[in-house]
Amino acid sequence: MPPEQEKAAPAIAVTGLRRDYGDRTAIADLELELAAGETLVVLGPNGAGKSTLLRVLGTLLRPSAGEVLVLGCSLPREAWKLRGRIGYLGHEPLLYRDLSGRENLRFHARLHGLAGAEAEARIEELLAAVTMERRADERVAELSAGMRQRLAICRCVLHRPELLLLDEPDSNLDAEGRELARGLIGPGSGAARVVVTHDPDRHLPEADQVLELGIEERAVAA
Amino acid sequence: MTSSRAAFAAILGKDLRSELRTLQALPAMALFAVTTFVIFRFGLDRTQLSGSLAAGVLWATLLFAAVLGINRLFVAEREEGGFDAIRLAPVDRSVLFAAKATALVIYLAALELIAVPIFALFFLDSLAALGPLVAVLLLTDIGLAATGTLISSMAVNSRARDLLVPLVLLPLVVPLMIAASGATEPLMAMGGPGYHRFGTWLLVLGLYDLIFTLLGYAVFDFLLED
Repeated sequence: MPPEQEKAAPAIAVTGLRRDYGDRTAIADLELELAAGETLVVLGPNGAGKSTLLRVLGTLLRPSAGEVLVLGCSLPREAWKLRGRIGYLGHEPLLYRDLSGRENLRFHARLHGLAGAEAEARIEELLAAVTMERRADERVAELSAGMRQRLAICRCVLHRPELLLLDEPDSNLDAEGRELARGLIGPGSGAARVVVTHDPDRHLPEADQVLELGIEERAVAA
Repeated sequence: MTSSRAAFAAILGKDLRSELRTLQALPAMALFAVTTFVIFRFGLDRTQLSGSLAAGVLWATLLFAAVLGINRLFVAEREEGGFDAIRLAPVDRSVLFAAKATALVIYLAALELIAVPIFALFFLDSLAALGPLVAVLLLTDIGLAATGTLISSMAVNSRARDLLVPLVLLPLVVPLMIAASGATEPLMAMGGPGYHRFGTWLLVLGLYDLIFTLLGYAVFDFLLED
């Protein structure tokens, strides 16, 4: 078998990606490739396009130009094939404020085809992993930002995604929360990860590749 | 793909639970309707209405009360990330349209359960019209929900959504309101309900419902794109 066929398909392969918002270009001519199970850490100043990159990879934004291949699916044409395979943790927790944490997780479980005892067991497992079992029946609006982030992390990994797109995953978390989160979305999760961060000291040691946006838009091996 | 039925039940259940818990839309809609009937009662200085005037008062009030609910239909999805959650899940996006339209039909039915008896108390001398009126209410609610869901999903991303919804929705529901009033008018005729062209108007309402429900299903996927 030729060596190029033996090599596993990359989790992400991006060539010449550009994303515009009207006249403003957020990402220009971006190239990157990330293997399955690897971690890419994305750094850069505010407005460099880090969150835009995550939203493009997560099928939430269409690329303006370039080729984007995520888990073997070409975007935006095959975006529908990707849904349910990505765990996305953005600036917003994607939790309804008037529902409790447990109700939110049940809602997301049903959207992802998990139901009944299987869903309940998964929800309890995740709540225990972030020590939120006792606060899970309170409305999200009544929880602190750190607790919402813990629930958002549970939501992000609820359906066991193959690719994690994490935008400032440690935001609002205390030291204990960061350690607990690491168990679910850290390098040991087994999923390929793209981590946007302003805290390189914490995330660079986990990186297989580093992408610095706004300076040199090319991924380099860590 | 998650089954459409499971996703539909999840979204509808979430919406109804949120509304029951917060009572953000229904009380405002009901209060608006009751207040408007009081204003009509004293403004027209009449204790009895019949025919086209009765139909006009009923439908104008219900329509503007419905706009309050339509304005808020997608606010949680916009402000709390529901759109992103649906777009990330393996769910047919038209399920969101179906669930939201169904939620709106339930809100409108709940509004009418409060508003129509009060209308009858204020303005009708007999309750005989209320039985056949249920069919008109149901068909009009479906049309209003299909059109309202479509317009609300487009307007929610705009800061001027409170202005946009009535501005775009009201011209679109003119045929619906003409048919609803046409069907209601003979039911509230002086001397008891009549059925002149009642069936024809019901048919027009059904046709409107069909067109806008299909249109919603066809275009909703594109409306959720960035």
